[in-house]
Amino acid sequence: MSIKTARRIRLTLSYLVLLSAIAIVIYPILWVIGSSFNPGNTLSSSTIIPENATLTHYKKLFAETDYLIWYWNTLKICFITMVLSVIFIGLTAYAFSRYKFVGRKNGLLLFLILQMIPQFVAILAIYILAYQVGLLDTHFALILVYVGGLIPMNTYLAKNYYDTIPKELDESARIDGAGHFRIFWQIILPLSKPILAVIALFSFISPFADFILASILISSDEKMTLAVGLFNMIKNEFGNSFTLFAAGSVLVAIPIGLLFLSLQRYFISGLTAGGTKG
Amino acid sequence: MTHRKTAALLSIIPGMGQFYNKQFVKGFAFLILAACYFIAFLDFLNIGLWGIVTLGTEVPRDHSIFLLVNGVISILVVGIGLGFYSFNIYDAFQNGKKRDNGLKLSTLKEQYHNVVDKGFPYLMVGPGFLLLIFVVIFPIIFMLLLAFTNYNLYNSPPAKLVDWVGFKNFIEIFSLDIWRETFISVFAWTIIWTFTATTLQVSVGIFLAVVLNQKEIKFKGLIRTLLILPWAVPAFVSILIFSGLFNDTFGAINQSILAPFGIDSIPWMTDPFYTKIALIFIQSWLGFPFIMAMTTGVLQSIPGELYEAATVDGASNLDKFRKITLPMILFTTAPILITQYTFNFNNFNVIYLFNNGGPAVADQNAGGTDILISWIYNLTMTSAQYSKAAAVTVLLSLIIVSLALWQFRKTKSFKDEGMI
Repeated sequence: MSIKTARRIRLTLSYLVLLSAIAIVIYPILWVIGSSFNPGNTLSSSTIIPENATLTHYKKLFAETDYLIWYWNTLKICFITMVLSVIFIGLTAYAFSRYKFVGRKNGLLLFLILQMIPQFVAILAIYILAYQVGLLDTHFALILVYVGGLIPMNTYLAKNYYDTIPKELDESARIDGAGHFRIFWQIILPLSKPILAVIALFSFISPFADFILASILISSDEKMTLAVGLFNMIKNEFGNSFTLFAAGSVLVAIPIGLLFLSLQRYFISGLTAGGTKG
Repeated sequence: MTHRKTAALLSIIPGMGQFYNKQFVKGFAFLILAACYFIAFLDFLNIGLWGIVTLGTEVPRDHSIFLLVNGVISILVVGIGLGFYSFNIYDAFQNGKKRDNGLKLSTLKEQYHNVVDKGFPYLMVGPGFLLLIFVVIFPIIFMLLLAFTNYNLYNSPPAKLVDWVGFKNFIEIFSLDIWRETFISVFAWTIIWTFTATTLQVSVGIFLAVVLNQKEIKFKGLIRTLLILPWAVPAFVSILIFSGLFNDTFGAINQSILAPFGIDSIPWMTDPFYTKIALIFIQSWLGFPFIMAMTTGVLQSIPGELYEAATVDGASNLDKFRKITLPMILFTTAPILITQYTFNFNNFNVIYLFNNGGPAVADQNAGGTDILISWIYNLTMTSAQYSKAAAVTVLLSLIIVSLALWQFRKTKSFKDEGMI
């Protein structure tokens, strides 16, 4: 067998592998898009290429369900979580990276342990606490819980990044008379924009993808997030409103997917930085 | 008696040691703070500490769970108080020591600068840490304590009181047949799930990255974008879509894919074995794109000379993959691969959203595909076995924490050279 034939076989096999991978990846996505245009309501009538494509489900989604409100709730919660997380995490990580203070080492150890215990193992306690302070069924409670849960892991991420910024910069600024906060604000902050962007991205996406905390803390229909709303839609009467669910999913997946694809290198760099150092 | 001892002893009443050291402003501030602390918290602490010890004595006046919550908060408040108190003694002792050594004490202005200087990191950590205490640490302590009570559906406030029962829950998990068998089967599946699902997603990701990055392959960018889609679509959406696709009677997998090949409907949602297969497939589908994207980055950084040298030495393609590519990938990505395993160990979403941990299995109180974390959720939310759920949580946390500590020994983040 000549080298050329071997090469041809290898390439053909490679393309076959890639094509089948693409088929497996794309099938569920096309299927749900197809289903959302299907005239029927049920799962059984869902096909990848609808015979009489219709927009009914999209209209129904806006007219008869709280879909738009869920969408707005979710975006609002994600956005506020993102802003608060970046502020808290940026400050905390800076202190851990630059200052030697009593409790630093134990604090870091605590964060390391906390980031491994998933927050929602303590859902019962979170629920009771929210109940006692009267924050049950409010977005405020949800946001606080999200921000708190994001702190340990992302603080590490930011701290590791700050550690790579040379300390000589701070020192020379200090000699020039800059105060603590000014050094942070005018020197460290501009240099750490990339990692803060990554953290912002993570803290926007993770409340978006959360189902469990939102499903426990929020009970009224008009305060639900997309994950809970869509889950109820598919769970309550399985099969009966499947196409409606499909339409809802498509409208979630497309904007988030595009946002993700355009920012994917930040995700990769963020996740890689979190894992390799530490 | 030396100044340091006298000052420290006097500090048993906060501020007195400082007065003795002639730091009147500081002493006054400490005294006021201590007084405020007692006035504000004394009643609360009294009830809180009483509550956490007894968990209530009278129905319906006492609600055991709220007493437990207040008790935990009291302990946190006491902790903060003790921290302040020991600082007060420490401060008096240190300044007394300075006087013993004939050094001058800092003036008020210097003290002020000192506070601002030393206090700055606390100021920065403070807000985040406070939040962390209430939404993360408090709930974990609460669950830890709950594991030692008899709180469940039949024994719950306000109708009944909850009591401390020591290690009963843990003993029961291992001694009562139904609990022990459930725990063992859930734990075994958690381990199997973690290893197969993660290993599969990692291998698929690496394999596809290597295939895609051969230099003769065309349309690389397009193919990569298509393959990365599962990562781009929010996971909860994809999982819910899959639960439709895998539906036993109406799902497209049985109806449109398997039926034309003459394969009978497979009970994806009702037979634990097939649900497990489906779950592992779904997790690989969800998880491989990240690995693929990351591996692509590594592949592009391997110098071409390595391969040229290998070719000169007469290495086959397989040799090159085994001796160069794979070791390079595994070496650079090892820490991230480990986080993938821990992620799947606690991957609640895929298990719960796909089939609610089901199907139900006879003779045990967990579903056929429940992993520890989803079992805890179901024990709490569905069967109201709160204290048992808490006990399982404690066991789960112990496993995770020991892993974390093991990893911690190897990290460099804790060194603190070159800091202020």
